[in-house]
Amino acid sequence: MVREITIGQYYHADSVIHKLDPRVKLMGTLIYVIGLFVVNNALGYLVVAITLGTVIGLSKVPIKFMVRGLKAVMIVLLLTVSLNLFLTPGIQVVHFWIFTITMEGIKASAYMAIRLVLLIMGCSVMTLTTTPNHLTDGLEKGLKFLEVFRIPVHEIAMMMSIALRFIPILLEETDKIMKAQAARCADFESGGIIKRAKSMVPILVPLFVSAFRRANDLAMAMEARCYRGGKGRTKMKPLKYTGRDYAGYILMAVFMAITIFVAIYGTLPFENF
Amino acid sequence: MDTKIVKSEGLVCEYITRDEEGNVESIKKALDGVDVDINPGEFVAILGHNGSGKSTFAKHLNAILTPSEGTVWIDGKDTKDPSYLWDIRQTAGMVFQNPDNQIIGSVVEEDVGFGPENMGVPTEEIWERVDESLTAVKMQKFRTHSPNKLSGGQKQRVAIAGVVAMHPQCIVLDEPTAMLDPNGRKDVIRTARALNQVEKITIILITHYMEEVIYADKVIVMDKGKIVMQGTPKEIFSRVEELKEHRLDVPQATLLAEELRKEGVPLSRGILTKEELVKELCQL
Repeated sequence: MVREITIGQYYHADSVIHKLDPRVKLMGTLIYVIGLFVVNNALGYLVVAITLGTVIGLSKVPIKFMVRGLKAVMIVLLLTVSLNLFLTPGIQVVHFWIFTITMEGIKASAYMAIRLVLLIMGCSVMTLTTTPNHLTDGLEKGLKFLEVFRIPVHEIAMMMSIALRFIPILLEETDKIMKAQAARCADFESGGIIKRAKSMVPILVPLFVSAFRRANDLAMAMEARCYRGGKGRTKMKPLKYTGRDYAGYILMAVFMAITIFVAIYGTLPFENF
Repeated sequence: MDTKIVKSEGLVCEYITRDEEGNVESIKKALDGVDVDINPGEFVAILGHNGSGKSTFAKHLNAILTPSEGTVWIDGKDTKDPSYLWDIRQTAGMVFQNPDNQIIGSVVEEDVGFGPENMGVPTEEIWERVDESLTAVKMQKFRTHSPNKLSGGQKQRVAIAGVVAMHPQCIVLDEPTAMLDPNGRKDVIRTARALNQVEKITIILITHYMEEVIYADKVIVMDKGKIVMQGTPKEIFSRVEELKEHRLDVPQATLLAEELRKEGVPLSRGILTKEELVKELCQL
C-alpha cells in the first residue's frame, strides 16, 4: 500500500513535456488547476480532459502511473463524492432511511469526482515529467523575487528537493519496519480507528529516529561536499527559455481563454433540467 | 609546512557528555594522541575494531570535526582555521558509509554535479567534470538514472564520482563497503585503486575488512583511539597474534599459512592472497 504514491517519482522518457522549462510546467499546472475550477459544465470538463489527455500523450508516460497516484487519494475522493451525493438539496430521486439522493446531488458529486481525478492526474503529470531537482530549480528561479521580502527561497527549494528525494526511501523504510513489526505479531489490520492509530506508534517511532539519523548523515555529506547555501553557487543545468517554452506559455493562454469562454457560454442543453 | 598531504600531531578528540545542568558527566577520548603522516599519491588503509576511533579520525580530515588538542594539516592547511574550511573540504573529499544518505541529487549526473555547483564552477566545466568522473568510476551508462534504482555498490561509485568531480587531491573513504554485498564491495575497492593508480589521488580507506587492505601501500591499525600498528600490509599481517589482541581478523589465506607454519611447513611470513599461498605451496 505504501509504495503506490507516485508524487515525487520521476519517470524518465524523452518527450517534449520532459524538455520544457520547469517554470513553464509549474505555471502550466497552476493555469490548469485554475481552469479546472473555472469550468462548471460538461463541455468545460471535456475541454480540460482533452487537454490533459493530449499532454499525457505528449509526455510518453504510461497512463497507469497517473492512475496509480489516484489510488492513494481514493478515500478523500469517496468521502467528497458521498458528501456531495447525500447532502445536496434539490429534486429528490431516491430516499431511504436518513439518506436522500437528489438530481443536483448526483450532478454535483459526478462533477466533483471528475474534478478531483483530473486535478490529481494533472499534478502527477508534472511530477512524473520533471526531476525534483529541476522542479526546485524552477521554483527557486520563478520565486526569486520573494527574496526581497527576506524569504529564503533557495533554502526552501533545497529542503523541498531533499524531501522529495527521501520520500521513496522513507516509504521503503516504513514498509520494512511494518514487516519487521508484523513478524513480531504487531497487528495493523484489526480493531477500530483508535486501536489502529495506536498500532501505528511502533512504526512511527523507529521511522522518526531513522529519519533524524538520515538527516544528520545527509547534512554531513552535503557539508563535506562544500555546500554552504545558495551564495556563490553555480548551476549544472541553468534554466533558459527556448522557443518551445514560449509556445507553452501561448498554449496556456489559449487554454485559459477557452475554459473561461466555455464556462460562460458552453452549457449543454441536457444540463438545464 | 612540508609536502605531506595529511599530517596530524598529537591529535586528541574528546566527546563530552553533559547532564541537564550542563555539568560535565564524563569525557570519552575517541582519539588519544594520533600522529599520522601521509604522502601524496599513497594508498593508506586504516583498520580498527568498532569504537577504535577510525571514523572519528576520518571526520577530522574533512574538518567536519576539529581537534580538541593537537593539530591536523591537510596539504599544509590547519583544519582549525575557518578561513581554510572550504579549501580543505575540496582538497580532501569524503565518502561515507551509507550510500542512500549521501546522494543529494535525484538523477545520477545531477548528484555528481552537486559538489562543483557548490564550489561555483562554471556550467560548461561542471559538465566536463561530471563526464570525467563518471567515466573514472565506470558509471557513464547510468548517468540519467535515478539513484534509487541502483545497487548499493553502484550508489557508492556515484558517491565517489561526486567527490572526484570536485578534483580533490585526497579521498577519504569512511567504511564505504560496510553496507554492500561482496560484489559491490569489490567494485568499490577496484574503483578506489584505479583512482589511486590512474589519477594519482591519495586514498585513505577506512575499513574493517582485511581483504580490502592487502593492496594498500601502508596500513595503520587503530585501537581505543591510538595508533597501535603501522607498516606495509605484509609487515602487519605477519603479526597475526598482535592483530588478534586488537580484535582484528587476518585474511583467510594469511591465517591458513600461519597455521601451516606452526605445524612446521616452511612458508614465508606475510602471505596475503590465495594466489601467493598456492604459489608457495607448489614450490615446496
